[in-house]
This record gives sequence, structure tokens and C-alpha cells, in this order.
Amino acid sequence: MVKDYGLKQLKNTKYSPTGSGMVFCDPDADKAREYFQKQKPRKMTDKTTTIKEAVSNQINDGDYLGVGGFGSNRIPTAVLHEILRQGKKNLGLSGHTMTHDFQILSAGECFDRCDAAYVVGLEARGLSKSARKMFEEGKVKATEWTNASLAWRYKAAAMGVSFLPVRCMKGTNTEDYSAGVEMECPFTGKKYLAVPALFPDAGIIHVHRADVYGNSQIDGITVSDNDLARASKKLIITTEQLVPNEYIRRHPDKTSIPYYLVDTVIEVPFGSYPGNMPYKYFSDEEHLKEWLNAETNPETLKALLNRFIYSVSDFQEYLSKIGGTKRLAELRQQEVLVEK
Amino acid sequence: MEYNQMELMISLASRYLEDDSVVVVGTGAPCAAAMLAQRLYSPKLMILFEAGGMGPMLPSMPISVGDSRTFYKGLAASSMLDIMEACQRGMVDYTFLGGAQIDRYGNINSTMIGSEYSSPKVRFPGSGGANDLASFCWKTMMITPQDPQRFTDNIDFITSPGYLTGLGAREEAGLPPGSGPYKVITNLCIIGFDEETKQMKVESMHPGVSKVKVEKNTGFPLLWADNLIESEPPRPNELKILREEVDPYLYVIGRD
Repeated sequence: MVKDYGLKQLKNTKYSPTGSGMVFCDPDADKAREYFQKQKPRKMTDKTTTIKEAVSNQINDGDYLGVGGFGSNRIPTAVLHEILRQGKKNLGLSGHTMTHDFQILSAGECFDRCDAAYVVGLEARGLSKSARKMFEEGKVKATEWTNASLAWRYKAAAMGVSFLPVRCMKGTNTEDYSAGVEMECPFTGKKYLAVPALFPDAGIIHVHRADVYGNSQIDGITVSDNDLARASKKLIITTEQLVPNEYIRRHPDKTSIPYYLVDTVIEVPFGSYPGNMPYKYFSDEEHLKEWLNAETNPETLKALLNRFIYSVSDFQEYLSKIGGTKRLAELRQQEVLVEK
Repeated sequence: MEYNQMELMISLASRYLEDDSVVVVGTGAPCAAAMLAQRLYSPKLMILFEAGGMGPMLPSMPISVGDSRTFYKGLAASSMLDIMEACQRGMVDYTFLGGAQIDRYGNINSTMIGSEYSSPKVRFPGSGGANDLASFCWKTMMITPQDPQRFTDNIDFITSPGYLTGLGAREEAGLPPGSGPYKVITNLCIIGFDEETKQMKVESMHPGVSKVKVEKNTGFPLLWADNLIESEPPRPNELKILREEVDPYLYVIGRD
């Protein structure tokens, strides 16, 4: 049973729900404070571990996940593959532009509920058949949102408040199937949509560099990851490289995710593959095409999943299967030698 | 000069983006239009991408609105909320959207086909940033092929707001006043919106296109401008730059 933390659960409020969708995570800021007080590490200790350990210790069946990056850009692929390998089930997902990440978790049928802002597509590349199937066969309970409203839901959580007023979604079916609540501005009397804070059970973010304590730095656009990092109850960081704390201290202006937000750190070189990693390597469009093509037939999809995920022991073995350092060097050149 | 429909639509769209204005674009045709405008008409056009890219010198068409091309030699590599909040604050003049269905008020469906939300016949990506951009940006444009299935009043899901049910409806719903659909550029004509009714009104017909053809490809009655004109076809310099600089691999203009 999927639990609904939406307005309809409350008795003493003057508001009534505007959207019919469910609220999958408790937006109560006091409960979040209690969690952050008791469960978040204050101690600056070595948090490095392995992907296997991180997924088995930090992600439980039924957890609600927020995946960082932007679908096929700066995504934590190694963690997503391991979620499939460990057969995690009944997860919830924040579909804030999820593309290849969503495709992977759909292929494993790992989730049963989803806040949908952008799901099932891979932008200009086409639609994922596995992802479509989750919706079209009714395997997932969905609530509609938009990219901005989901980002603001992270923002509300990061601020430590239980909602934010926004001006999008009004007047549309997106609003009707959201879990937003129309409210009046106490100062101007104008209409707003209140959106509930989103505190994911676990956030998973891939960064350019981190130290062993979790102090993390991102190069290029941060998308919504600084808020996701603050909103998440547990936070898993995968990093292109581990750097000494001394390096972080020499460049503190670059640190946007400080250690006390982070529960665990794993070094995963080329960890966003087949996604783009700004300034490091471009997305592997051939590999993404292979995924989309394989999905058209259950047998070819099964073969692809076996080849790249289920039969390999870790992410490094996956990288060797897609062409190893030779292919990765090509993608590195595509990224950095744009004008030769 | 010979041209195809995609080249025509992109060229027409590029002429609307004036210098010193701000536009949020996605991938594909809208991005090509913005790149063409920047190279030919509006060198100081500020191009934003919803994932945080600001003012790039686009070396080629991005594949994703969040890939590293969207801030290549950019003015800033920012965040999604920085872009979306600029839109909500009223700083963004133009945006471009697309969808599977569009009705006479410019309401757009990019969520699903079917009658049951819980088990749609076809599930599409959903809003992404489209609803946000359609809600906040001053002028929303569309570049889309025109056919009666796409241009329909039987829209299965309103993902992003056009003029909703007509004059005043956006404001009544709580959307920022003065924003809304501006032009719909199709393979047949350019459509604006009637000031009184906020319904689609054809303003300009592409060369060789008849009224009957436009009507046949639209699932609802259209309004017609009194001073209906013929669209100016792509200019030679538009085609040259489009083919040689903007889209040399024909990712977008090859899709005709």
C-alpha cells in the first residue's frame, strides 16, 4: 500500500486539495528536523565505501529516491545499476527530468510510485519503452508536477519549511493530477499553488570531486542538486575522483555540498557514463541508442540487461564491456575538443 | 533556393527573436531558431536552458537541455531554479514549446493520450519544464507540423497552459497577467491569437498553401486575419547559416 501524506489526511485545515494526486513523502518540517537532529552525521569521519555496501546499507525496499543531475547528464549510474543487481523493489522516484536513469530503474521494475515532471523520454533521442510500460500497464502510481515545482519542493525541504507557494501549473490538468493546494496570498490576495516540501529517503548525486568526508564540488550547472542534497534524509555521493581535504580547503568557493549533508562517498571514475559529465566526457549516444533499440523487444532488453548489468560484478566491468579506455578517450575528446 | 518545411519553420521563427531579449529554448527546432537568430539578427540574444545553462556560444546543437553544450563558453553555469525563478520574476521574453496535441486556445498536451490517467494509452514525458515556461514567460511560441490530430479541441490532457478557456482565463486561474501564447509556426502558416477571444487566428500563409489546406489540417474552426499575408520564404543567408553552421549534421533540418 502506498501511503498518502496529502492534505486529505488532515482534518483541521481550511483548505481543500486542488490536485487529486498523492503526496508520497511526509512534508512535515518538524519530523524532518527530528530526523536531521538524530540521524544526520555531524562527525567529520571517513565516509568512503563501495557501491555494493552503499546500496545495501543506505537504500531499502520502499525508499523514495531523488536522483541528481539531469537524466543523461552527471548521473550516478553505478548506484542505479547496483539497485537493479540487488533487486531493490517498491521504490518511489522523484521524476525531476529523469531520462536514462529512469530507463534503468524501469527496466528493473524497481519502483511503484513516482512524482512525474519529466519521465519516460530521453529528450530528442526518443521514448523509453520500458518506462512507458510502467505507466501504460498501471504499474506505477503517479502524481503530476513540473520541473520547477519539483525543484521548489526540494527547495522547501532544504529551507526547512513544509511548503512553498508557486505560480506554475495553475489552470491545467497538470494541476488537477498534482497534489498542490490552491491558496491565497495573505499580503496581495492573489492565487498561488502551495506545493509540499519533498524530503526523499535517499538522494544520490554524482559530483566531480569530493574528499573522504563528503565535501563535494560540482563543475558546470548544478541543476537542482544543491537543494536535493539538503532535502535528502540520506545522501549518497559518487565522485569522479577523491581529493585530499587540503584541496577542498584551497577551493572552498567550489564546495556546494558540505560533509554534514553526506552519509556515504564512493569514488567512481567515469561514473556518469553513458551520461555526459561536464568538462570530462560527453554522453555515449551510440550506447544510449543501443538501449532504446533493445527495449523494443523483451528478449533483446533481457540480453542487454544481462550483458551490461546483471552479469557484471561492478561498474568498472561495465566500462570494460562498452569499449573500455579506448571508448572513454573518444568521449573525452568529444567533450573537451569541441572546436579541435 | 530550394528549402524544406523544417528550414522554413526555423527561419520564420528566428525572425521573431529580437536583439537584447531573453529566450528559454529546448533542443531541436527551437534551439536551431535561436542559434540562427543569434548569428544573423540578434547577436546579443540571451539564450537560456532550463537546467541552468546561460548565454552559451553554442558550438553545435545540444542533445539534452542539460548537456555541457548548453553552457559552452557561457556567461554562467547556473541552476534550474535560477532559470525558472527568472521566468517567474518576469525576466524572460520568449520560450518555445511543442506537444502531441494543441487546442484552439494554445493549450498543449505533452503528458498522455487516452482517457484514463492511471493507465494511459500512450504515456509521454509530461511537463518537464514546459508548464513552468508556458506559465511564466511573456510570449510562448510553438514550432510544429500541422495536422487535424495534433490541432484538436479534443485534447486528452492540458499539460501546459495556453489561454485555457479564453480571454481572462489565465488571470482567473492565477497565472501572471500579460503572459501567454504568441505565435504558432507550422509547416503551413503562422498563427497568432485573436485579442478578443484568445483563439487561434491565421496571420500569414506559407507560399503555395491554400486556406482549404490549412482548414483540412486543423481539427477546429480557425479565425483569419483581415490582412492575411504570405510568409516570406527562407532567405539565402538563413539557409546557408542553418545548413553550414547551425545544423551541419542535419539533426533537425534533415527531419523533414
